Amino acid sequence: MEALYEQNQSDVNEAKSEGRAELIPSIKLRHCCLLRNQRCVTAYLYDRLLRIRALRWEYGSVLPANVRFHMCAEELQWFSQYKKSLASFMRSLGGDEGLDITQDMKPPKSLYIEVRCLKDHGEFEIDDGTVILLKKNSQHFLPRWKCEQLIRQGVLEHVVS
Amino acid sequence: MDTQSYFPVPPGVGMEENFLSLDDILLSHERLPIRTECTFPRLGFLEKSSDTQDIPEGTKMELPLWLTKGLYERKRKVVSVELPKVYKEGWRTVFNADPNVVDLHKMGPYYYGLGSQMLHFDSPENPEIAQTLLQTFIARFRRTMDSSQNAYNEDTSAFVERLDCLEKALFRSGQSGLNGFQSWEKGQASQLTASSLVLNYRKRKITDVQP
Repeated sequence: MEALYEQNQSDVNEAKSEGRAELIPSIKLRHCCLLRNQRCVTAYLYDRLLRIRALRWEYGSVLPANVRFHMCAEELQWFSQYKKSLASFMRSLGGDEGLDITQDMKPPKSLYIEVRCLKDHGEFEIDDGTVILLKKNSQHFLPRWKCEQLIRQGVLEHVVS
Repeated sequence: MDTQSYFPVPPGVGMEENFLSLDDILLSHERLPIRTECTFPRLGFLEKSSDTQDIPEGTKMELPLWLTKGLYERKRKVVSVELPKVYKEGWRTVFNADPNVVDLHKMGPYYYGLGSQMLHFDSPENPEIAQTLLQTFIARFRRTMDSSQNAYNEDTSAFVERLDCLEKALFRSGQSGLNGFQSWEKGQASQLTASSLVLNYRKRKITDVQP
């Protein structure tokens, strides 16, 4: 892009100083190329931001390390600011404690759900203090709001009988 | 129905393009035959057939849409655009006769989009082009809608490959609506699923590991 810009600059100077108006179409052409490059780059970066925003809704607030590896510093900063805005928005809804709108993406039918574990995830503690060991293929009957995050990440599987 | 979190910028409607839409950027990459009305000094290296320093007046070239749009001026000093053959008289009569038979994907995958952008270039046939585009779309829409709503779990690739990009998008949204309805009927709608992003990401990770 710099090469295009420099060529254009020299031509503009020449056109202005010597009055060679016929250089103008070339200048215009190079300018169009510069605008096009700018458009492609901007669209690419914007699309990346849209996907990062989708990650917050799908993955939750903590991103796995290999996803973070592919994001540049500004994108990480954007992500943490988006997280903060979303969190403060959720806190402002629904009374004193706020409402977690990333839960219950589909309308819930029951409080407790049956889940099967797809891979080893270690120990998992639920509200009343009991610790459950999540081993592969073990089935549990757990409260919905605890499992939703893990189901979305693919660790647990919702079993519908 | 799988809840969507990723909403890409949609393509523009009619004669306007969306600046950030990836579909519109791909669309504006299509080439148009043009004729230069004035010389372009020091740009001879773009014209591969001749070895001159400049591009002389009256050269016939193929330029992409974005460049043509940028260079075009109403006073007609710079470039003049020829209609691609799909929008010319001959093909227009074919479209008026029976739009359903035509393979729009082969005619340039962005038939409607490019046609709408061509209206920027003030050709004398503009009203006819606009009319043909509209009529073709209306005639083909019925078939697209019907098949998207009734082809459940079938191989639709033979039909879809004859569709233009705009029609493909419509077809896809029709299909996703149909799938959502069917899964609701089966009671799968209340089943929580892993998000599609997670599943896709996991598949890609495995290929990263293998050298």
